[in-house]
Amino acid sequence: MSTSPTARRGNAVGDAWVIARRSLKHIRRQPEMLTDATIQPIMFVLLFAYVFGGAISVPQGGSYKEFLLGGIFAQTIVFGCFGIAIGLATDRSTGAIDRFRTLPIARSAVLTGRALAAVLIGLLPIILMSAAGLVVGWRTHTGVLDVLGGYALMVLFQFAMTWVGILMGSLLSTPQAVQGVAFTVLFPITFLASTFVPVDTLPGVLRTFAEWNPTTSLSGALRAQFGNPDVVAGTSDAWPLQHPVLYTVIWALTIIAICAPLAVRAFNRATGD
Amino acid sequence: MAIEATGLVKRFGDMTAVAGVDLAVKAGSVTAVLGPNGAGKTTMVRMLTTLSQPDTGTITVAGFDVVADPTEVRRRIGYAAQDATVDELLTGRENLIMIGELHHLGRVRAKERAAVLLTQFSLDDAAERVVGKYSGGMRRRLDLAATLVATPEVLFLDEPTTGLDPRARNELWEVLDTLVDSGVTILLTTQYLEEAERLADHILVVDHGRIIASGSARELKRRIGGEQIRAVLRDRSRADDALRLISEATGGEAAFDADADAVVVATAGGAAAVAAVAGALAEAGIEVDELALRAATLDEVFLELTGHSADAAIEEPV
Repeated sequence: MSTSPTARRGNAVGDAWVIARRSLKHIRRQPEMLTDATIQPIMFVLLFAYVFGGAISVPQGGSYKEFLLGGIFAQTIVFGCFGIAIGLATDRSTGAIDRFRTLPIARSAVLTGRALAAVLIGLLPIILMSAAGLVVGWRTHTGVLDVLGGYALMVLFQFAMTWVGILMGSLLSTPQAVQGVAFTVLFPITFLASTFVPVDTLPGVLRTFAEWNPTTSLSGALRAQFGNPDVVAGTSDAWPLQHPVLYTVIWALTIIAICAPLAVRAFNRATGD
Repeated sequence: MAIEATGLVKRFGDMTAVAGVDLAVKAGSVTAVLGPNGAGKTTMVRMLTTLSQPDTGTITVAGFDVVADPTEVRRRIGYAAQDATVDELLTGRENLIMIGELHHLGRVRAKERAAVLLTQFSLDDAAERVVGKYSGGMRRRLDLAATLVATPEVLFLDEPTTGLDPRARNELWEVLDTLVDSGVTILLTTQYLEEAERLADHILVVDHGRIIASGSARELKRRIGGEQIRAVLRDRSRADDALRLISEATGGEAAFDADADAVVVATAGGAAAVAAVAGALAEAGIEVDELALRAATLDEVFLELTGHSADAAIEEPV
């Protein structure tokens, strides 16, 4: 009795792209989100460069502005998980996810579409910060491949943080809850690190935390890739500080390996009944 | 059958939301699931629309098993959730195009379909505005339009007018009337008796996760014997005579409604009882301004069936 629908069969990639385009439109229409992704990173670069730039000196010499950029890239990338978490929690609380689930789409499309959009949106602050950095005097001193490697590392870490965001957005039921958790967890993680200051000034336990903190290693890895001054050599022999790129890649892959399955499970459970 | 369900049960922890429901909805018919808040209506619809899996029982929608073939079911249904889940940050047109693309109509056809539906639902003027700026009624209309993007065989509307003011509700009813006329199978849930009576050919009354009565509005009213004969007297001084005669003619116990000068008696005798009353009154020379057989309202039916008023439930916060 049932007539066959005239629509074509879909595919998971096409579905994900439709969902990703939706997120890209969202970001354009939410001034506060757009500010987070554009003006805020530029402001951070300018503020830190000119406010702290004079007060903090890099122990081994070198420009604080050059030291700063690696840290500020790292901080922004870690905080990047925040947007996707809020978006997902909002979709759950408004019933948008339910609507998607009654459509004949691949179930994975909702998450992969969001993740794809998050990575694309995440490129925006990276580009703007690079430009702002160049304006205040940041320069790279390595070959093209090293620099590209640095940017690739950022995208990889951003992709990893996307899964952290999906996990948060699936576990926490309201955008407000996401906001609360994100700030209490992400602020210490990004500040107890070599993001803005050399870690060797920190007292005992905090110093150890900072040394093993992936934000520190990401900052350090980027400084190494770009040939910018870091504060590691000679001041600390912690393994992560000696091998920042490797340690950062291990972190990114570990986050993806752990958070992606957990996030998919949490999302399916949160939207199942 | 467009929808067929047997032995549906759904529990959430200790709470049994749906406690053994059987359903058979004919293709092209409009069925209203009527019940107060917490009766299990939404849980039923979520199972029928593949959003939630039944603990026990089987469901077929548009010829496909909901659990085994959810994608085939999803290609053939439209679902409007209770809170109009259209995307606030997209425009009306973008919303419809996106749904069309996710139904794999292709971009061109999705655009065409969006344009047709925007006109059909009187949203042309608002098409390029973001939905966040829509009124409640406009949002519902867009939500309904979204369910129709892929010309579904079966439509599920969960409380389509809840939360609307009376004017917007009336407007939406007019839209729903045209949908009903279009011949698509519709299952809607509602807390409003008036809505069920107006839109549906078949009503399922649910309470505490069970169907406690079903039939057309008329059948439901007849079932509780809810018919009354009402005679409005021209001369109230004849009330005592009229009371005695009407009681005798119907075998019931007539009462006098002094405010309306009316004698009222419950009866199951239908037109024959009216004829008997008319004859007795004429013979005694008692003139009436009005003599009518009146069915009970669905409110009365609901009260009789559930032991509580449907309106009382409406007052509860959602």
